[in-house]
Amino acid sequence: MQTLTINGQDYQVDAPESMPLLWAIRDLIGLTGTKFGCGVAQCGACSIMIDGTVVRSCSTMVSQAIGKNITTIEGTSASLEALRQAWRNNSVPQCGYCQSGQLISAAELLDTNNNPTDEDIDNAMSGNICRCGTYVRIKKAIKEAVELKKQV
Amino acid sequence: MKRRDFVKILGLASGGLLFGCNVSADKVVVNTLENGISFVPNLFIQLQKDGKLTIVVARSEMGQGIRTSMASAIAEDLEADWKYVTVQQATGDSKFGNQNTDGSRSIRTLLKPMRKMGAMARTILEQAAAKKWNIPVSNCKAENHFVKNSTTGEEIFFGDLVEEAKTIAIPSDENIILKDKKEFKYIGKKVIRGIDMEDFLHGKANYGLDARLPNMKFASIARSPVTFGSVKSYDTSDTNEIEGVEQVVQLDRLIPPAGQFFGMLGGVAVIANNTWSAFQGKNNLNIEWESGLNETYNSEKFKEKLIGRIQNKAKVVPPFKGNVDKAFDNADKVIEATYTMPHLVHAPMEVPNALAWVRDGKCDVWAPVQDPQTVRAEIAHFFGFAIEDITINVMMLGGAFGRKSKSDFVVEAVALSQKIKAPVQVVWTREDDIQHSFYHAQNAQYLKGSLDKKGKVTGWLHRVAFPQLLLALSLCQIILLVLS
Repeated sequence: MQTLTINGQDYQVDAPESMPLLWAIRDLIGLTGTKFGCGVAQCGACSIMIDGTVVRSCSTMVSQAIGKNITTIEGTSASLEALRQAWRNNSVPQCGYCQSGQLISAAELLDTNNNPTDEDIDNAMSGNICRCGTYVRIKKAIKEAVELKKQV
Repeated sequence: MKRRDFVKILGLASGGLLFGCNVSADKVVVNTLENGISFVPNLFIQLQKDGKLTIVVARSEMGQGIRTSMASAIAEDLEADWKYVTVQQATGDSKFGNQNTDGSRSIRTLLKPMRKMGAMARTILEQAAAKKWNIPVSNCKAENHFVKNSTTGEEIFFGDLVEEAKTIAIPSDENIILKDKKEFKYIGKKVIRGIDMEDFLHGKANYGLDARLPNMKFASIARSPVTFGSVKSYDTSDTNEIEGVEQVVQLDRLIPPAGQFFGMLGGVAVIANNTWSAFQGKNNLNIEWESGLNETYNSEKFKEKLIGRIQNKAKVVPPFKGNVDKAFDNADKVIEATYTMPHLVHAPMEVPNALAWVRDGKCDVWAPVQDPQTVRAEIAHFFGFAIEDITINVMMLGGAFGRKSKSDFVVEAVALSQKIKAPVQVVWTREDDIQHSFYHAQNAQYLKGSLDKKGKVTGWLHRVAFPQLLLALSLCQIILLVLS
C-alpha cells in the first residue's frame, strides 16, 4: 500500500510497480477529472502538479509522488480560482476534454509569474493540445486571470 | 409544427409538468403526422414546482455546445430564468426522433421547433396565470420565470403555476407566438454560460472514458496491423505476468451487412482490473497474424494511381456550364495545381472507448457516441437482444469529428462483456486510434483555373479522385469528377 496526497486528502492505493500516476488517480482512486489523451507525454491532457510543478501523469511513476502534494483539476488554489473565473468570462471550453490539463498548466504559470508575457504564456502552454482549437480564448483568459488574481 | 404536434403529459411522480412535441425534420414522419396517424412526442421539457426546468437533450455533446444551445433556445421563448435550467441527456431511442449528431444539422433543423416548444409552454403558463387571477390572458406576460399581471404588477412564479397549467388545453397554433428577435436575451447573446461550464472547470464532466461501475473490468485489444487481417495464433505467457491482468479473450471479426453498420475488427483482448495493466498486457502478447488481402496495399503506390487518374478527362458531373477549354485558350493567365491528401484519422482528444454490461438478457452501454440509435440497432443485429433491452447511455464526447458516428468500439465492449459476464470498458490507446480508425480517404485533386486581364475567373476545372468511404481498400472504386 502506498499513500498519495491529492488536493490535501490522503488516499491509500495498491498500485502495480510500473503504473503511472494517471491510472492510479483515475482507475484506483476514482478521480476522473485528469484525462488520458496519448499516454506518452505529448498532449498534456493528463497534467497534474506535484509540489507545485506540472508533470504529465501518464508518464510519471506513482513512486515519484509519495510523500508529496499532488494537485489535480478537482483541487483549488488562488491561481486556479482566478483562471476558472477568466475561463467562465471567456467561455473557453468547447468539448472540455483537454481543459483540466490546460488549467493545471496555466495555474503553474500564474503561481510562478505575476506578469507573464505572451512568450511566457506560449512557453507554459505549448505542451497542451486542444483539438477544438480554443487556444486564442485560453491565451486571452490567462491574461485576464493574471489581472483577476492581482485584485484578490 | 401543428397543434397536434404538442402534448402535455400530466401526473408525473414529481408533481411536475411535462411538455412534449414532435420536432422531427424527417420527411417521412412529417408525412405520417399530416396523415393523422398517431403522434409521438420526441422533445421533452419538464417544469417542477420548485421552478426547476429540465430540458431533455437528444443530441450528442462534442464541443459544439448543443446542450447549451438547445436549452437556451427553449428557455428564450419560454421566458425561463437560466439559473433554473438543467439538461438531461437522452438515451439512444427512436422516440426522441433523429439523434444522429453528424453533419452540423442540429441547430438548422431544430432551432425553430425548439423555440416553438418554449413558446407553447410559456403560453400555457400565461393562460394558467390568467385563470388563477381571473383576468384576460392579454394582461399576463411571462418574464424571467414569473408571469406578471400588467395591471397590478403582481407576479407569480412559474413553479407555482404547475397545478393550474395542468388544466389548460394546448394552445391553438395562432396563439403560439415566437418572440421578436430584438427581444432575445439568450440566443446570440453572451449573457449565459455553457450548461456544462462548471463541470468542465472542476473535472466533473463525465466523458465516455469516465464511466464507472462497481467491479468493472478494463480491456485493451490487439488488432491486426493489416486492416481486416486475422489471428493465426497467440501466446499469452508474457501477458499473464502482468499484475492486474485477469484473462485474455479472442474476438472474431464481425462483418457488417452491406451498407449498414460497422462491425468490429476483432483481435485479442486483454482483460484487467485497471486500464494500465490491460495496456501492458496487450503490449506483451505474442501474436502471429494472417494479414489477408490488404497485405500488399501500399498507400504511396495508391496515391500515385490516384494522381494518374486525375491527369485524364473523366465523367463530367453537374453543374456543367460553358466551354472550359475555350476559356483556357482565351485566358490572360492559367494556373494549375495537383493536391493530395493522405489517409487522415479523426484523432479526437478522447480516444474511442465504451463500457458495456451484458446481463439477464439485457445490454447496457455507456459510451461517447454521435449516433446512439445506430449503435442500439447494431447491437440488436449482432447480438440478438430485443431493441428495448438495449440501453445506450450517451456520455460527453471528448471530441468526435465523425469518428464517434461509428459503433465499432461499442460492439467490441458488448462482445467482451457477453463473453466474460462482467461490466467491461474497452479503451483504445492513441496508437490504436491512429492505426485502426476509419480514415478519411486518401485522395488526389487537380485544379486548373484561368483569369482574364482584370483578374476575373473565366474558367475552373476540378478533377477529384478518391475511393468510397466504406469499401475495403482492396475493393476501391475510383470516382472521377470533372466540374467545368
